Amino acid sequence: MALLQISEPGQSAAPHQHRLAAGIDLGTTNSLIATVQSAVARALPDEQGALLLPSVVRYLPGNGVVVGREAQASQSEDPQNTIVSVKRFMGRSLADLKEADGLPYQFTDGAGMVGINTVCGERSPIQVSAAILTALRERAEASLGGPLAGVVITVPAYFDDAQRQATKDAARLAGLTVLRLLNEPTAAAVAYGLDKAAEGTFAIYDLGGGTFDISILRLSKGVFEVLATGGDSALGGDDFDQVIAEWFCRQHGIDGLAALAPGAQRSLLMAARAAKEALSLHETAALSLTVADGTARQAILSRAQFAEISAALIEQTLRATKRALRDAQLIVDDITGVVLVGGSTRMPVARDAVRAFFDREPLDGIDPDQVVAIGAALQANILAGNGAAEDDWLLLDVCPLSLGIETMGGLVEKIIPRNSTLPVARAQEFTTFKDGQTAMSLHVVQGERESVAHCRSLARFELRGIPPAVAGSVHIRVSFQIDADGLLSVTAREQGSGIEAHIEVKPTYGLADDQITSMLKDAASASREDMALRSLREAQVDARRLLDATSSALAEDAALLSEVDLKAIQHTMFVLADALETDAALEALRTASAALSRATDGFAALRMNASIAKALEGRTMDSLT
Amino acid sequence: MSVSLTPAAVNHVKKSLAKRGGGIGLRLAVKTSGCNGFAYALEFVDAVAADDECFETLGVMVVVDPRSLGMLDGTELDFVREGLNEGFKFNNPNAKANCGCGESFAV
Repeated sequence: MALLQISEPGQSAAPHQHRLAAGIDLGTTNSLIATVQSAVARALPDEQGALLLPSVVRYLPGNGVVVGREAQASQSEDPQNTIVSVKRFMGRSLADLKEADGLPYQFTDGAGMVGINTVCGERSPIQVSAAILTALRERAEASLGGPLAGVVITVPAYFDDAQRQATKDAARLAGLTVLRLLNEPTAAAVAYGLDKAAEGTFAIYDLGGGTFDISILRLSKGVFEVLATGGDSALGGDDFDQVIAEWFCRQHGIDGLAALAPGAQRSLLMAARAAKEALSLHETAALSLTVADGTARQAILSRAQFAEISAALIEQTLRATKRALRDAQLIVDDITGVVLVGGSTRMPVARDAVRAFFDREPLDGIDPDQVVAIGAALQANILAGNGAAEDDWLLLDVCPLSLGIETMGGLVEKIIPRNSTLPVARAQEFTTFKDGQTAMSLHVVQGERESVAHCRSLARFELRGIPPAVAGSVHIRVSFQIDADGLLSVTAREQGSGIEAHIEVKPTYGLADDQITSMLKDAASASREDMALRSLREAQVDARRLLDATSSALAEDAALLSEVDLKAIQHTMFVLADALETDAALEALRTASAALSRATDGFAALRMNASIAKALEGRTMDSLT
Repeated sequence: MSVSLTPAAVNHVKKSLAKRGGGIGLRLAVKTSGCNGFAYALEFVDAVAADDECFETLGVMVVVDPRSLGMLDGTELDFVREGLNEGFKFNNPNAKANCGCGESFAV
């Protein structure tokens, strides 16, 4: 409670106003925007009262842009200029797009990301997403009566840095201030207030229009950690429409959906969709189709029949769920709550399957289409500073893979470990390897393995202008910083001179969710092999350093040694160099290194004495005390 | 209907009025603004309006307009020091929720 002061009559200050903030669910099929008003979060409808905005953008000749339902309607007449499911292209290069062949678009290989040639010229996925976000922003500003101070946008948990950065860029292009990017499953959990619990492990089952995602989240001390993600990027409500349509064809002896004229295909799919939605409320649903000869064909589909024909699709989601649980090393009993997300979870077949699988009633009190946007709106409201003091929580996410830099020998020094809560900043000191080294190349990598070759390269940059000095005497501080959206920046600074190099990591292409999972799995199974490799590489680096140091010492002070000692040192140096060159095993290398250091012990003492003698030359004992 | 001041508040109001060199009391009001619907206002009084209600605590006159009085009835105004800050605090039995910044409230 703020403390007040007395003002002059009529001049008391007005307190700050409610800052308009919104949560945006930028979906593959549909998008929506929600906001908190009078402590209640709700999705905002457009002028026609529709909450969902189809994520479809159509470009018209003369730079016109149409977004949503109207664009969706023209999908079949103008497929090249009507972009659907643009989310699949965010932060992706042409090489990443396996399915590009089957799509009607003319892709171009843009810098780091694909472009799409439209009647308005080339459009990047960022621009297409920005068009969707702009439509949502205009909707919110019209209904709230003022500009939005900030938004929270949700992204799939498996989105990597490139995809997150692309989403942020799209928001900026749409004139939105991004308060935070939030993982979709986390947003769903927030909408149900699961973050208020002390801790728990939650499964978020998200069956949307065209995608299926399963996420396992762990909440501890107010931090949501994504334990595992899985799913199928080509499985959703549309597939259920498809099986109903195929079933209808079988009933009437039609040779599959593909045998129908395109117009009939579309109307059958629409009838199938209507039947599917009707089955969520009723026990049976009727379908009818007027075929080429003008006669109408009809069929009645019951819930039981629907369950039978869609069993394979449901089974597919459960398989992915099992896999995610296994990746998280959990069993069904470890799950303390299940949340249903996505319009397709309205289907009783999906609910029943989830209930049976987890053996508990899933949370479904909030409209599954809106739940993600509502969670984002709650978070946006607090980040905008509208929350009451007592629920001043800040939701934290974690980084999914460790981040580090390459060190000598192709090893990775991890600087930010996996599952660190974001935002995070960590620093570590490094030094030069060679005498007089004036530049250092820094290679930022992501992954759990010990060797660079097995991790993913994120960025490279150089620190130049290091003052020449003896190897190991220069202190270079490398700081990693990840902001709350999971974006990384790296700074290297030479402590003595203050010279600095900096890089914002925007990877040119991203990792897919299954790549992250497989990288994690590789790391777990390969850790012993990695340790052995690491020890060997470290021994090799040590051996090289020892050789370098010995040769430079010999170059200066060989005169101090007797011929016998010199020969002995040279011999052990030769043995070690030979071991290095022939890629000797760890033990042999260690023995040779140890032999060289023993051989040079006496030499080191001699050098020490000599340099002390030199320092003391011409001084009396008095001048030293 | 009543609005009162704690002794600490009385003390500070008297000092403030003396420092200002004029004024006959303290006005308490509620405005419709802020993020939770309503906000308090605290002003010096030079003139009392015809429909104002006046209350006196320990020699200090508190003036409240009739619209605000409904939401301020039973309020005790305190003067507190919190860390480096000092100022007035409304202990209002009508307020059901305060916003995070504390500048506004809901009834």
